Amino acid sequence: MTIPLLKVEDLRVTFQISREGDMPWTKPLQLHAVGGVSFELMPGETLGIVGESGCGKSTLARAIIQMVPATGRAVWEDGVDLLSLSSREMLKYRSDIQMVFQDPLASLNPRMTVGQIIAEPLTTHHPGLSKDEVKLRVKAMMDKVGLLPNQINRYPHEFSGGQCQRIGIARALIVEPKLLICDEPVSALDVSIQAQVINLLMKLQRELGLAMIFIAHDLSVVKHISDRVMVLYLGRTMEVATSGDLYSAPQHPYTQALLSAVPIPDPAAERAKRMIPLEGDLPSPLRPPSGCVFRTRCPRAEARCAADAPRLNPGDHQVACHFPGPLAEFRKAMEEA
Amino acid sequence: MALLDIKDLRVQFRTNDGVVNAVNGITLSLERGGALGIVGESGSGKSQLAFAVMGLLAKNGRATGSVSFDGQEILNAPPSVINRVRANKIGMIFQDPMTSLNSYMRVSDQMMEVLLHHKGMSKDQAAKECVRMLDAVKIPDAAGRFRLYPHEFSGGMRQRVMIAMALLCKPDLLIADEPTTALDVTVQAQIMQLLGDLRHDFGMATILITHDLGVVAGFCDEVMVMYGGQVMEKSPVDPVFAAPSHPYTRGLLHALPRVDQEGEELASIPGTPPNMMRAPKGCPFAPRCEFEIDRCTVALDPLTEFAPGRFRACNRPVEELA
Amino acid sequence: MVLSSIDMSALAERLAADEVKGRSLWADARSRFIRNKAAVGGLILLIVITLYALAAAHVSPYAYDTADFMIMGHAAELGAPSWESGHYFGVDNDGFDVFVRTAFGTRISLFVGIVGSAIAVIVGTLYGATAGYVGGRTDQIMMRIVDILLAIPYMFVLILLLVMFGRSLFMLFVGIGLLSWLSMARIVRGQTLSLKNKEFIQAAQAAGVPAWKIILRHIVPNLLGIVAVYATLLVPDMILTESFISFLGLGPAPPVTSLGALIAEGAGTMRYGYLWSLNAPLAFFVLTQFAFFFVGDGLRDALDPKDR
Repeated sequence: MTIPLLKVEDLRVTFQISREGDMPWTKPLQLHAVGGVSFELMPGETLGIVGESGCGKSTLARAIIQMVPATGRAVWEDGVDLLSLSSREMLKYRSDIQMVFQDPLASLNPRMTVGQIIAEPLTTHHPGLSKDEVKLRVKAMMDKVGLLPNQINRYPHEFSGGQCQRIGIARALIVEPKLLICDEPVSALDVSIQAQVINLLMKLQRELGLAMIFIAHDLSVVKHISDRVMVLYLGRTMEVATSGDLYSAPQHPYTQALLSAVPIPDPAAERAKRMIPLEGDLPSPLRPPSGCVFRTRCPRAEARCAADAPRLNPGDHQVACHFPGPLAEFRKAMEEA
Repeated sequence: MALLDIKDLRVQFRTNDGVVNAVNGITLSLERGGALGIVGESGSGKSQLAFAVMGLLAKNGRATGSVSFDGQEILNAPPSVINRVRANKIGMIFQDPMTSLNSYMRVSDQMMEVLLHHKGMSKDQAAKECVRMLDAVKIPDAAGRFRLYPHEFSGGMRQRVMIAMALLCKPDLLIADEPTTALDVTVQAQIMQLLGDLRHDFGMATILITHDLGVVAGFCDEVMVMYGGQVMEKSPVDPVFAAPSHPYTRGLLHALPRVDQEGEELASIPGTPPNMMRAPKGCPFAPRCEFEIDRCTVALDPLTEFAPGRFRACNRPVEELA
Repeated sequence: MVLSSIDMSALAERLAADEVKGRSLWADARSRFIRNKAAVGGLILLIVITLYALAAAHVSPYAYDTADFMIMGHAAELGAPSWESGHYFGVDNDGFDVFVRTAFGTRISLFVGIVGSAIAVIVGTLYGATAGYVGGRTDQIMMRIVDILLAIPYMFVLILLLVMFGRSLFMLFVGIGLLSWLSMARIVRGQTLSLKNKEFIQAAQAAGVPAWKIILRHIVPNLLGIVAVYATLLVPDMILTESFISFLGLGPAPPVTSLGALIAEGAGTMRYGYLWSLNAPLAFFVLTQFAFFFVGDGLRDALDPKDR
């Protein structure tokens, strides 16, 4: 059996929220942005993470690379727990894990040339490289991501959104990472450009044997790019399965509701679709519901859901629900009742 | 007579770096009760089209052509006319509900303002009407939450408030500019369903401006696809999705990953969106088009009807696009 | 990876292609600034004033600290400006040549303004950027210190300092330098806070770039725009402060002088029936202020184009 590249166990991120005007001695509120998430990532695999805004998907990614403090374990393939490392020790692993950000333009320093931007991780991790060597590698990487290498001295504002995202990808890949974390890399792009960037990411992944964590709120994009998909709600995992299983036979009522809400670019299918409405608003993460966090909006919720929180069942298709099952069964049961 | 009749609308912006041609000759008409979807990517001019109709262009913008609403010319009309139409006949909702609501005013005051000023209602009447409208957009406990400030509502609820405000004067036309882009999918689905219900209840015509073909598929009767400030294709909704007649529409549909189908590689459209600084010449899509011929960079055939109700602007006949 | 030789040569060709030169934001700003007529006018005026301040002593046959005893006390009758005598701006009641003294005063005033604003730029930028970037308790303590210093009545302390330690240029610098960086630090800290959440800073953190490098390479260059604008507007402010002090008679001791001191003198001798010893320093004072304001406004428009 191959060793997972990254094994995350019970990762929790808690923010201390002190309100405006609080005195220094008042106890800050606790916001559990990520409440105990576990997953494994194999080398070369793509794990998609979906969820609505405020579900903690970006925080989870940032916790793995120590950009926000977290508890739990994130074990790298060599057996080292990344979360226990000091920032100096972590430096060694930073070149193995790189990140692509959401906003193509905002993630590039406007005062630096494209060459300087792409070279920065390289010069940080390999300070011994000569200037010519750095330049050559930057140009080769620009070529790889579909940018013209002779544009090396241009500035970010001279590029379009899609090209800026290519620059961001080049910056992440120049240190030859093993894991690429993409935080909503295409959600700010137009449809036609989005497809270009997705294709590029998939091509590079195949060529370089990268593992990828792909975070997005767009379920169709995640389905297209991921081997496995994890659904988050209020910082908890609801369901994890292979992309095929999750989309064709979702077991968790939240996943089912989420999928039924995605608009389909086909008028006939769209009219025939039956949407599962979710009642009410997302509960405040400052005061999450007891037991299962989804119970306040769940059509299947019963007394048991408020009492104890469901755990992910072991296996390939993991669901955290007391009453999992395909939608059709549930509908039938409802109609009989 | 059509409710909204736009003829050869052009919008230009003067900027420090030159003239931006945002909209380049759009002609369309919308019947009472109809639902038109305007689809396009950023820079296609779809939002500026709506702003021009509403007389809301930025100061450096200039609109030419003709926009007649209910038989009355409203393009570049004096503010008094525009204000009357905006207050009574056309409602508009925007992408970001937070920036279009005043954060320092109670929702109640913002909503009632319209009724007090334009309808001359008494305060009690206005309040009652507002609560009724908030109920209509399915805000739970409308009477209780009526006097809250905008930031005390969630994103989806704020968009509902915006919709309620737009509907207060019972408009004949509702223009929704990317109404769900800033929202999560489950909320988006709720809002789109609400807009659909309201359209039937109030019988108003709707223009939905969006980049999301999926949203259009579920909501509209007719679609207009824009690129580079020009109409590429205009057609009833079903045939566009079944058999797109324009290379750009095809490209868009094939570039879209779908939840209900297994995908192979996405067919992306190469290249980047057009630079609107250059004066339009030929087809704006030509540089990215796989069916481009020499003539495309020089001239573009006007929008012509090639099947009942279906219009397209392309130099190559439909049969050649295979 | 195996690449065919054709691919390789194509790649080599692309890599060797001539590099296109980029247009940096600074270059953009420069071209916008040059298109702004008022700002360019202000800049030219400033250069002319500076040249005058530096060169006047070499052009004129008179020195700033030697009086013409013949004219002393009879300025109204004998000291009128004239080309032939070489007293281009006239002579004041103490027998000093106004042309040379105004130049000298302008030099001191500009010097005070520029040094004061330079201290503000260096200390304020680094202090504010550090406080903003590090954040948390450090930020709290650093900014409370600024608050405390700002709460001290500035002018009162400055006057007290000058009275206690005697009137000298050095004391003036100490007083102005101590306080001028405070509001700069506040502005810079605010800007840093908003920059800190930008994704490119996160990208640098994710890449493992050390904090001091992030501040110097990513934060400070993005602050320079607002710092440059604020510094340009701070110079006339400093000149004004110095002039006010000098007008009160607490400026640098004679024969060293400044525009404020000269204006005070000129105003005092108005009753003798002549205006030239007031007019010259006043004109230069007003022109300098205007020039700096125009340049500052132009810089703001150039560096922060909101309406694009």
